[in-house]
Amino acid sequence: MKFYTKTHEWIDINGNKAKMGITNHAQKALGDVVFVDLPDVGKELKKGDTIISVESVKAASDVYAPVSGKVIEINETLKEKPELINEDAEGKGWILILECLSNPDTSDLLDEEGYKKIVEVEG
Amino acid sequence: MMDRTPLYEEHIRLKGKMVNFAGWEMPLQYGRINEEVMAVRNSVGIFDVSHMGEIYIEGKDAVEFANLLVTNDVESLKNKQICYTPMCYENGTIVDDLLVYKFKERKVLMVVNASNTNKDFEWISSKAKGFDIEILNRSPEIVQIAFQGPKAEAVLSQISQIALPEIHYYHFTEGRINGIRSLVSRTGYTGEDGFEIYIDKDAAIPMWRKLIEIAKQIKGLPCGLATRDILRFECSYMLYGNDIDSTTTPLEAPLKWTVKMNKERFIGKKALEKQIQEGIKRKLIGFEMFDRSIPRHGCKIFQGREEIGYVTSGNHSPTLGKELGMGYVKKQFAKHGTDIEVEIRGKRKKAKIVKLPFYKGSVKS
Repeated sequence: MKFYTKTHEWIDINGNKAKMGITNHAQKALGDVVFVDLPDVGKELKKGDTIISVESVKAASDVYAPVSGKVIEINETLKEKPELINEDAEGKGWILILECLSNPDTSDLLDEEGYKKIVEVEG
Repeated sequence: MMDRTPLYEEHIRLKGKMVNFAGWEMPLQYGRINEEVMAVRNSVGIFDVSHMGEIYIEGKDAVEFANLLVTNDVESLKNKQICYTPMCYENGTIVDDLLVYKFKERKVLMVVNASNTNKDFEWISSKAKGFDIEILNRSPEIVQIAFQGPKAEAVLSQISQIALPEIHYYHFTEGRINGIRSLVSRTGYTGEDGFEIYIDKDAAIPMWRKLIEIAKQIKGLPCGLATRDILRFECSYMLYGNDIDSTTTPLEAPLKWTVKMNKERFIGKKALEKQIQEGIKRKLIGFEMFDRSIPRHGCKIFQGREEIGYVTSGNHSPTLGKELGMGYVKKQFAKHGTDIEVEIRGKRKKAKIVKLPFYKGSVKS
């Protein structure tokens, strides 16, 4: 199931694994991404922790963990090609995969419709 | 309502991402910024810089008057030669930085920053009393296109009725390019060899399209302001409003070479003389980030507990693959190799002071 956050992350939950990145809306607002400082595999994250900063020509933006878990995979390709986030934020531009202890808490995450509304309000 | 250059429709056609820059609706980028940067470093890039201001000073005292206004020496220029120079207030801080084109004894052109055109015009006019001159702001009639990159001369020669190799660095000539009357100078803001072409606004579109067409053969690209900013930053060219402004002097910035203290007089001379005698208290330096993060304008610079300065420009350099910055620090910390910390979004990030410029391109200097 794919969810979104108010802070413009997307997360695709499959059992106890969750793949995540920033939304297409976020990459547009950010402009050309020049680098992503990826965390180490094995790092434990609590929901709401800052995972990384995505730096673009215009600004930097923090990416928060939408759920708690351990980093089990990072998108190594982003080290060489950070522009994948601009090209395909919600596909090839994924940032990392988290492994959650139990089924993650999704109660305050948004579905696509809910996220669309937020984006519309923010303009 | 923002101003638009005569090439506005062309930018829209090329899918330029338009932004407000100093009241002008300008292209930030057309495609990927990194690709535009690489086009200029390796081939050629084309920039609409028509927002820049063109102020002509004409009359018997033109050269003498220009020489009073700026810190560099206009009188020592030969005809058809150009100098880069700050223009200072009486207190030695900077009104603007500009290019002065000397046509002949009776005519000079000042090319100024878009954000300062009106301010400069007023400042210049306010100093004109007693001089036999006329000051003309011709900015609205003139389109300026920068054609920049190591292959600029070779490819521009295809459509030029001017012998481009004969134009030396910081010199200009008048003639025809693509059949269009042009003023062409070997100048730029990218660190690469190349030209700046000034034409009448009515000829803007055919010239622009032709330049795009010839550039395409060698993988050249139209480039936006974001690219222009990165290119100038990598070569440590000052950006007015960021690195220099009405609170800084040319001596604190790395512009001492443009201040000719042997000139009999110029506005700001006394103040700058005093600053030389007393010694500057801060200096603009360049630094390289060790912790990956982009320093932004206004970030504070520290060494240990002491706040020693602030960032004026910072960016990721696509050419060097590093995060770099420039900023003012107290003089005693300004040595190359000094370890510093930059506070970026609340966190201290490690950096080291390095020599400027960060990068030197194909520019003929």
